[in-house]
Amino acid sequence: MSIRHGLLALLERGQMYGYQLRSAFEESTGSTWPLNIGQVYTTLARLERDGLVRSLPESEGGQRPYEITDAGRADLALWFATPISRADRPRDELSIKLALALTTPGVDVRSVVQTQRSATMRALQEFTRLKYASDKPEDLPWRLVLDAMIFQAEAEVRWLDHCETSLVRHRPAPSRPVTHPEAVDRADEEARR
Amino acid sequence: MGGVLELRAAHRTHGAGEAAVHALRGVSLTVSAGELVAVMGPSGSGKSTLLALAGGLDRPTGGEVVVEGESLGGLSARDLARLRRRRIGYVFQDLNLLGSLTAVENVALPLELDGAGVRAARRSALAALAEVDVAGLADRFPDQMSGGQQQRVAIARALVGERRLVLADEPTGALDSQAGEAVLHLLRRRVDAGAAGVLVTHEARHAGWADRVVFLRDGVLVDSTAPLVGVEHLLSGSGR
Repeated sequence: MSIRHGLLALLERGQMYGYQLRSAFEESTGSTWPLNIGQVYTTLARLERDGLVRSLPESEGGQRPYEITDAGRADLALWFATPISRADRPRDELSIKLALALTTPGVDVRSVVQTQRSATMRALQEFTRLKYASDKPEDLPWRLVLDAMIFQAEAEVRWLDHCETSLVRHRPAPSRPVTHPEAVDRADEEARR
Repeated sequence: MGGVLELRAAHRTHGAGEAAVHALRGVSLTVSAGELVAVMGPSGSGKSTLLALAGGLDRPTGGEVVVEGESLGGLSARDLARLRRRRIGYVFQDLNLLGSLTAVENVALPLELDGAGVRAARRSALAALAEVDVAGLADRFPDQMSGGQQQRVAIARALVGERRLVLADEPTGALDSQAGEAVLHLLRRRVDAGAAGVLVTHEARHAGWADRVVFLRDGVLVDSTAPLVGVEHLLSGSGR
């Protein structure tokens, strides 16, 4: 997701300045997504350039609050209304790694699977523990973020289990000799003689 | 601190010679008080055999199973049965509540079998039902309760009395995800109160409730997650 839309959603609650935005952002994602203040200010600058937010006069304390514009509201509404495309997400390094492990000589694929499973399982334990500790009604947004991470980790473990059972049944195809173009040419020449 | 449950190089072989099936091949596992260990593995990896040995429902063909300092192999059938009733709680997928008994009678039954007076058993049973938040259902029969409520009663029966070892085999069965989560929450609470727990499951989300997850493959423990420490690094990490 974009930090842009996160900040727009927060400004929809009312005007805020940079530090307030950062802490509100981290609060609403349960600190799973820490932002540095530099990211907040560069994002605000771009939003202002695009006409989605407007900066207000500095307060006496030297803080410059921002407010959302009508164009910003429209953009935010569109974001909430549009499903996130899977193609927009970063490529899944793990599936690429496993695909390569299968075809790279000397790699023990089962141990790659098990190493990942233990690591993912452990993350799942930690998420579960955080969730167990967050049982107050006001923790709901945070619990839902944790649930998302729990379900993603669970899906990954299930996929790894699936990979493992597939590996058990896997009989690698007999390796085909690599045919060099010159070798073919030579064979052709020999045949012609 | 010694474990409430210790498996020492436990083997379980069915049959002999060519036809022998090695369900467990030298499994060592210690579960301490206050610790919940999840056992994960594909079908046929030996999970249920491990649980049956831990609970004294089956005997190892090699190695040793020790519950609270008592080696199960050295006990007579009668002493083993007593230890099972007093020290070990079982939560299985099939609830096995008796349909002709009310909730409180179901929970009191193991205590009565063990020689407790009817009144004392009922008192303990009511307390156990309260612990799993179904005190109000004490006088209902199983067919007058939902699946989730029945599972709570089955857990109360598993936990009633002074049991310090709780063994659970896919305890959420066919429950929906909310009711299933409630079951794990109860199990966790009991362990946090000082019991030792073993949870056999193929669901990663359920194993997530454990302090440690061990992986069983073809009767051998192949890996284990490191014990949990603080979670601070999760909050400061940038993710994968």
